[in-house]
Amino acid sequence: MQLSHFSAALIFAFFASIVFGITQRGNPRDMVRYGAYCFSLFVLCTIAASWVMWVVKR
Amino acid sequence: MSPFQSKAGSLPSGEVNTMSVLAPIVGWLVPGAGHFMQRRWIRGALLMASIVAMFVLGILMQGKVYGINGGDLLDMLGFVGDLGAGGLYFVTRAMDWGQGAIQLASADYGTKYIIVAGLLNVIGAVDAYDIAIGKKD
Repeated sequence: MQLSHFSAALIFAFFASIVFGITQRGNPRDMVRYGAYCFSLFVLCTIAASWVMWVVKR
Repeated sequence: MSPFQSKAGSLPSGEVNTMSVLAPIVGWLVPGAGHFMQRRWIRGALLMASIVAMFVLGILMQGKVYGINGGDLLDMLGFVGDLGAGGLYFVTRAMDWGQGAIQLASADYGTKYIIVAGLLNVIGAVDAYDIAIGKKD
């Protein structure tokens, strides 16, 4: 099984965010919000880092 | 009363009881099982699905599962992370899976998936402990 770097990062972010949401918050509503927050941070940081690497490479 | 004896009813936060000893151990051996023991069915199922999926995806991507004697500091840290997956790690080692394919970039992603699955499982086991001592609902 081979994944691209981006799809691997998305799947990683998805599962890690679920665990973070469940373990770091006390009630279901906060869990969902925190999980979504973590997921969006993972994805945004991945995209930002990829642009930084693109700039560094040029 | 022994420190491991359970009390009926709600427990003050931080008190040690039978569940607070068993839940993290069982939760480490089987991801999510520490929550199942405490009737947190949905949380346990989500934890189990997430951790098992990450670990299995890591194996399918031909990630490496570290042994105890890697001979290198980073290998030892990888071993500690992998060991966090508990039963998944022991089964994988027993079946001789996770040899790693260093020529593939995705195999390196797989190695990280396996390590992070183990670390997330430790967080899940600690969460089961927090629930057992009444620190968390």
